[in-house]
Amino acid sequence: MSQKKPEKLIDENEIRLDGRKLNEIRPTKIEVGILGNADGSAYIEQGKNKILAAVYGPKEVHPKHLALPDRAVLRCRYHMAPFSVEERKSPAPSRRELELSKVIRECLEPSIFTEYYPRTSIDLFIEVLQADGGTRCAGITVASVALADAGIPMRDLVSACAAGKVEGRLVLDLTDVEDKAGEADMPLAYMPNANAITLLQMDGMLTGEEFEQVVNLAIDGCKQVGQIQKEALRAKYVVAKEAEAEKEEAEEGEE
Amino acid sequence: MPVFYERRQLVTPGDLLAENDYVAGENTHKENGRIYATRVGLVNYADKGVYVVALKSFYVPMVGDTVIGKVVEVTLGGWVVDIRAPYLAMLRASDALERPFKPQKDDLPSLFDVGDMLIANIVAYDRTRDPLLTVLERGLGKITRGQIIEITPTKIPRVIGKQGSMISMLKQETGCQITIGQNGRILISGKSPEDERLAAMAIRKIEQEAHTSGLTDRVTEMLRKEKGEKEVIKNVTEETRKTN
Amino acid sequence: MSSIMASRVRQKRIAQLISRGKRLDGRGLTDYRKVQVEVGLIERAEGSARVRLGKTEVLVGVKFEMGEPFPDTPNEGVLTVNAELVPLASPTFEPGPPDENSIELARVVDRGIRESKAIATDELCIEPGEKVFVVFVDVYVLNHDGNLIDASCLAALAALLNTKMFNYEVKEGEVKIKPGYKPLPIRNHPVAVTFAKFNDKLVVDPWLEEEQVMDARLTMTVEKDGKICAIQKGGYGYFTAEQVLEASKIARQKAEEQRKLVVKE
Repeated sequence: MSQKKPEKLIDENEIRLDGRKLNEIRPTKIEVGILGNADGSAYIEQGKNKILAAVYGPKEVHPKHLALPDRAVLRCRYHMAPFSVEERKSPAPSRRELELSKVIRECLEPSIFTEYYPRTSIDLFIEVLQADGGTRCAGITVASVALADAGIPMRDLVSACAAGKVEGRLVLDLTDVEDKAGEADMPLAYMPNANAITLLQMDGMLTGEEFEQVVNLAIDGCKQVGQIQKEALRAKYVVAKEAEAEKEEAEEGEE
Repeated sequence: MPVFYERRQLVTPGDLLAENDYVAGENTHKENGRIYATRVGLVNYADKGVYVVALKSFYVPMVGDTVIGKVVEVTLGGWVVDIRAPYLAMLRASDALERPFKPQKDDLPSLFDVGDMLIANIVAYDRTRDPLLTVLERGLGKITRGQIIEITPTKIPRVIGKQGSMISMLKQETGCQITIGQNGRILISGKSPEDERLAAMAIRKIEQEAHTSGLTDRVTEMLRKEKGEKEVIKNVTEETRKTN
Repeated sequence: MSSIMASRVRQKRIAQLISRGKRLDGRGLTDYRKVQVEVGLIERAEGSARVRLGKTEVLVGVKFEMGEPFPDTPNEGVLTVNAELVPLASPTFEPGPPDENSIELARVVDRGIRESKAIATDELCIEPGEKVFVVFVDVYVLNHDGNLIDASCLAALAALLNTKMFNYEVKEGEVKIKPGYKPLPIRNHPVAVTFAKFNDKLVVDPWLEEEQVMDARLTMTVEKDGKICAIQKGGYGYFTAEQVLEASKIARQKAEEQRKLVVKE
């Protein structure tokens, strides 16, 4: 049961299949602190992507020989649920998931003050419940929020977004069908304060000039994602504050 | 001297709080003359410093702190204690027994067993090893009665209050003994479970509203109202009994 | 038994030199180590090549099998790249199933070949929808002295250019081998160029000790017309946007130079 490749991905008005303009990211919603047991957690919906991230730690490392004497060790598991894709995927970790677990770990570590917690581990789990292209970027985005929710001190949030080339046009935030049928897909993760790119991969074909434009487009996408991340973290607090205010008002009303 | 936020505004990691001559306080980080928040919380400026009161953080052990811990393992020479920190703490037999430890004679589990809660002080801690505890000082030792509640460690100072004003009020209004663990655990020991429940309720309210002002008065009022209501209910019940 | 970990003093020296634009082994910041390429050394493989990049040594063997095509590409052959960090190559390589490092290496080599469409997979169809050739590219690391990616990609390219397919015809659904060979049809020549970052400096072809000190690494694979067909950032540090763009310019130039070592005009 495979998807039929659509005739055209972008129409004459430069509008994409899902109605977006070339430089628009998919509608994104992030909820914070949704899992009870994890020290930090967050959930993201970006277009059809549905991804959960959870953080445990800092805590003692098991097995002990993996501990580092001068900082915390970040362990990351990126995993896709069997029902997350069109054709059921085996639950066993694939080579792609292992590679992504590595690059995502290398992408988030620069943002964490690991040197504050020697000999501990920070365990990060990213579970893709439904996938539609750009899952590593959405995974990084939601993982960074989960780390902040866990109260782990960070230099900056890490925001991620992919940009690429589809039917000759440079586009932002590719869906699965755009990635498969397009000419290039470039996931990028960014820490704005340091102007730091902590994840960069590309497959496809881009000229030097196109590459420069795509990098700038992706960074712009990351900045948009960053605003959404901050709002989500603030929203959790505001909700609590509003709930208190409502309670106080109700109590005053009774008197 | 540029500052970028107002007092008590909510900031997130990476937010630029101040530039140049400010001193980087708690939950902030200075880089190239710029001070950024490292945690989600409320920013505050004081004197020439800027700091963030974190919404959520975990306890980091400090020598001298009193903590409430749970025994998770009994080893050959002591106990491993969970103090709700990134590190497990150690309590050596020599820091629990007043006399020298004799492995053949002294049965450690009979002193503290897995699952026991203790009040202890941190005597040693540095980056190279886990924190060390002692129970040999006054007021320390196994917890045998009362209730323990857990709150975010950052709110502990609020439960204590300025010069202990909040905790004195709590003890007075509820008649309970209240022992504070810097690691976010609080022991409440009262004459009745009702009194303990009152104290727990008050502490939860403090945790939720720690960032607001006039809290001490509001908590006092709440406690008095609760106690008043109970008096009313008690009288009504007695009346009902009398008439029946 | 010596440890491969450079001493602190040496690490400091490497970093200091680079900040001044020099390298411990005397190379310029964008110079490659000496490259030696040998092809056809494993007769049992359909194609093979060994690349020595400085002291790093990688052997690649190419083998064919017949198999089913993927459902969304019924008329195309299949490419599979595997990499093994053979335990004898380094005291840090342990025997066992592929770990994240060997998986990353294989996937980066794969990306370069696949995205540049180096292999003409449309010419590897035996029976549409039923039978195609499966090309196995196996990367075998024999000595690790840094920059396994560039050495592996170069060896893979050389091995593919060296690969011969047997002639065949399909009779009554059966594949009959005919005498003679033809070269595997190759349409592109991807070359990987890897950079190491040391603060604000970029260095091409880091050797092992430089890799231990670097902030992060960035690999750009460039195809024969100068387009970038694969990128992989690795390591715990980061690159600024300016550094990434600078690297792309240097990569295109270095790839052309390196390509000449393997592709004879």
